[in-house]
Amino acid sequence: MTDVAILATDPLLRGDIGLPEVLIVLVKTLIAFGLLLVSVIFMIWFERKVLGDLQNRVGPNKAGPWGLLQTLADGLKLIMKEDIIPAKADRRVFILAPFLSAVPAFVTFSVVPVGGGFDGERFGAIRVFDRDTYLQLADPPVGVLLVLAMSSIAVYGVMLAGWSSGSKWPLLGAVRGSAQMVSYEAAIGLSVVAVVMLSGSLSTHDIVVAQAGDGYELFGAIPIPRWNLIATGVVPFVIFLLGATAELNRPPFDLVEAEQELVGGFHTEYSSFRFALFYLAEFMNTITMSAIIVTLFFGGPAGPAWFGPGWLSGIVWFTLKLLVFLFAFVWARATVPRFRYDQLMGIGWKVLIPLALAWLLLLGAINIGRDEGWNMAAVVAVTLLVIVVAWGALTGAIDVAERRRLSTDDEEVLF
Amino acid sequence: MGYLDGFRVTFKKLFEERLTRDYSKHNPDPDAKAPTALRRHGRHVLNRYEDGMEKCIGCELCAGVCPARCIYVRGADNPPDDPVSPGERYGYIYEINYLRCIHCDMCVEACPTEAITETKLFEFSFTSREDAIYTKAELVVGDDGKPRQLPWEDWSDIDRVAPMTSAWMRATAPSGDADFVGRVAWSGELGFGVKEPERGQSAEEGEVDTGEADAIFAHPGEPGGRAAHDPPPGSEGHRDAGGSA
Repeated sequence: MTDVAILATDPLLRGDIGLPEVLIVLVKTLIAFGLLLVSVIFMIWFERKVLGDLQNRVGPNKAGPWGLLQTLADGLKLIMKEDIIPAKADRRVFILAPFLSAVPAFVTFSVVPVGGGFDGERFGAIRVFDRDTYLQLADPPVGVLLVLAMSSIAVYGVMLAGWSSGSKWPLLGAVRGSAQMVSYEAAIGLSVVAVVMLSGSLSTHDIVVAQAGDGYELFGAIPIPRWNLIATGVVPFVIFLLGATAELNRPPFDLVEAEQELVGGFHTEYSSFRFALFYLAEFMNTITMSAIIVTLFFGGPAGPAWFGPGWLSGIVWFTLKLLVFLFAFVWARATVPRFRYDQLMGIGWKVLIPLALAWLLLLGAINIGRDEGWNMAAVVAVTLLVIVVAWGALTGAIDVAERRRLSTDDEEVLF
Repeated sequence: MGYLDGFRVTFKKLFEERLTRDYSKHNPDPDAKAPTALRRHGRHVLNRYEDGMEKCIGCELCAGVCPARCIYVRGADNPPDDPVSPGERYGYIYEINYLRCIHCDMCVEACPTEAITETKLFEFSFTSREDAIYTKAELVVGDDGKPRQLPWEDWSDIDRVAPMTSAWMRATAPSGDADFVGRVAWSGELGFGVKEPERGQSAEEGEVDTGEADAIFAHPGEPGGRAAHDPPPGSEGHRDAGGSA
């Protein structure tokens, strides 16, 4: 590997960088950007339509066939509206915040492998202009870390938007939002570690490659793909899914917006194009996060090539898997009522994070035990013992804290 | 399943039939629009007698009773050589501001001559304040007795609803007294003649005691009865329609 490989493990950038390489990267950037924008338009329509179906309504059906152009019409309307910056707002931060929300959503998508045949020897690479390249915009060796970093930056978008609005509802929404996103990021990070541990790489492409190929066979007949979902034992996936929902501020974790309490939450004071950017970022993040879930736990574009060339079936597989999660997010929104704030914090800190830690311990112990050739039963037993003791200590601590808090409350009532 | 039961409930909704009608101006399906309720309160009309005379006498009772103060009426003496309405006075100016109107129909109840009644037309979305004010030119019915259509009004079912203009009034006229249910106590309308009584909400014919109403109609001009007016020349005793039912 040459020095350039530090930037990317993409075979395109391993050799000399000439005009074709630059052109390919440019085209890929354009395609990724356009694809994401178009899919956001589709996603907003999809969400409204499916939400309508799930609630026994019809959903948008006037603009274009099946209401497909509704998003476009809404977008045009938003852009043409008056752009208001409140007098009390901190102007520069107020203007910056929507971009801090929207840009990370784009950047995150750049590390998602969206296609490519992972069946044969080519490991998802396709040949364009006599060059090998992956069907993802960039494949940095720190791919997963980049995803986490970008979702952290998106917190700033919410926080600064609320703070700079100079209004109390956005501020409340922003405070809630930053606390919520920081809390659930820990759980997300810990569940990602399980995936990274198994795949042995932070690169999203390598994670997909590790999940490609023939899987296990249940009872010798039912084939199960080699997805991290199964390899990590489902629990990290569940934690990641819950954490991602919270990270996206989607129902039932949408306390940041909480229309009934906070008007519009952090974006109450935003209008016109700036509001459109937040709206765009929200749905873009949903797509990106679903794509990350598919990449980390469901093998991304990897799948049997039953039709067409390998790279095309990769795209089809990726799209299908993505749609399942987009639907799941909408489904959850239609079904689950919003959490109370203390419930939200309780789930994050008292359930998800300890569970993620415990599962990580178990997976790590099994991994090391296998490498070192230890007795697997003993390894699992000792690990479970540690987990049970830790769990007991934790619930004990929570119990004591709760009782102490309740007793001080009583004293305050008395005096 | 406990926590996940809700997911089953919403998922089942995917396959249920939608109750929403695909209702829009551009939908050619005539059944798309829900049937109009017989007594819906829509936009008003000013009725005319069968001979073409206007029923409004400019008494301003409708304006007085209007809780939204959306009606503006000014009466004037009828020109002797070319009377607009039978009798002494007529509605010289009549305006309803539909930005204020709440369609409570108290004007219809107040009107002594059944001049103002409500149509079933509710689809009129004007785009300026001037358009919201309907004057006599818009409110008085045309020569066929049907409301005059304005460019922004959707009238796809006008043939069905046009004869229903005074349904509420005809259910319990006069003045909403239940004793008058089933009695013809109103005059004919241009284009429709004397309309049939609208039966009570659920009462069968004959069940309703109309004795008091009969007594009042037997002695026109007495308190509680109808004012005795000479029918205007050319009109064929529109005042008598009630008594002959």
